Amino acid sequence: MIFLGSLVVRRESLGTYYKLVLEECILVGVKSLFLFALVSTFIGAVTTVQTAYNLVSPLVPNYIISNVVREMTILELAPTIMALIFAGKVGSSMSGNLGTMRITEQIDALEVMGINATSYLVLPKIIASILMYPMLVIFSGACALGGGYLVGTLTGIISPTDYIYGLRYAFNEYTVTFALTKALVFGFLISSISCFKGYYTKGGAFEVGVASTEAVTTSVMAVLIADYLLAQLLL
Amino acid sequence: MIEIQNISKSFEDKQIIHNISGIFEKGKTNLIIGASGTGKSVLLKSIVGLIQPDTGTVFYDGRNFTDADKEMKAEIRREIGMLFQGGALFDSKSVEQNVMFPLNILTKMSPTEKIDRVNFCLKRVGLENVNNKMPSEISGGMKKRVGIARAIVNNPNYLFCDEPNSGLDPQTSILIDEQMISKLPP
Repeated sequence: MIFLGSLVVRRESLGTYYKLVLEECILVGVKSLFLFALVSTFIGAVTTVQTAYNLVSPLVPNYIISNVVREMTILELAPTIMALIFAGKVGSSMSGNLGTMRITEQIDALEVMGINATSYLVLPKIIASILMYPMLVIFSGACALGGGYLVGTLTGIISPTDYIYGLRYAFNEYTVTFALTKALVFGFLISSISCFKGYYTKGGAFEVGVASTEAVTTSVMAVLIADYLLAQLLL
Repeated sequence: MIEIQNISKSFEDKQIIHNISGIFEKGKTNLIIGASGTGKSVLLKSIVGLIQPDTGTVFYDGRNFTDADKEMKAEIRREIGMLFQGGALFDSKSVEQNVMFPLNILTKMSPTEKIDRVNFCLKRVGLENVNNKMPSEISGGMKKRVGIARAIVNNPNYLFCDEPNSGLDPQTSILIDEQMISKLPP
């Protein structure tokens, strides 16, 4: 809490943060697009195949496959599973970056200049994560549903019409609100935990590695606990 | 003038510096000399506030720095330039961006004025045509000189150098000493 409090005191000008946040948005968001697209598409494809494998009864219509894929994607796969990927890619990078800056005295150099290094370095990363992660979740959901469509239709598991019908069938908009709420919380948790671990690194290169590992492990645990709590509270 | 009174600092059970007092007068180059591991860097970092001393007080021109609030500390720090042992250049920024950094944050100079000031400071430390190079592309001695340029770019009242010659060849060491003694402050 003290760490988070120090982010908002003695801030630099808004123009400075605007530029830094944009730079971080590119690092956090745009540069994660390929990995997110790849993982999400395959998850969507595999979910479609496995759901079809489990729904063998002639009494269950085919469109239920895409209906199940949609619910799984929106409720869990896109916000939560991708948060684990986000922690591995972005969280470890944030922690490693700040840890290296700490051990090479770059953070001390900022402090000596009279700059609030916590606010200057960490705040833009947290804001960028809160802004970009929900967008990545939307992108990821679209890729997963697209992956499911491709595999489902190309392998003959489900017809394009059934797939689209299943996606639309009994759609509850609240699931999207729930997924985006989770995305906001996860984006904040991953970035703040990773920055905290990196910012307070002590030692040398080995400790930077340890801090990155701890950042990912702690973030993953926080995401899973928050996932359960949010499900209990909001569903 | 910087005055330190009874500065002490321990890490866990080990006392690193004990009751150090002294006065660093304006316009003079003051040296802190000692064997490796005797606490020179700890004293320096205590003076600039990167380490909180266990006891003692630091005064910058009569202003109590040790007990100052965060705003006041930041104000005094903006009058400080510091060269770190490893240069502490920002990896993600070019030489020019590194030297320009304090100007971007602490001043309202126009872009042209900033470029002129950066080139002036780089020239003072004997570096030209390296503006677009990244820190990873220049030698250790050049990093130190870029560090000096960054430390002086904002015309600081107080310049601190932590082992400016460590790890350098004798020729570069002499060059850096000359630059600090004869050419600074700008």
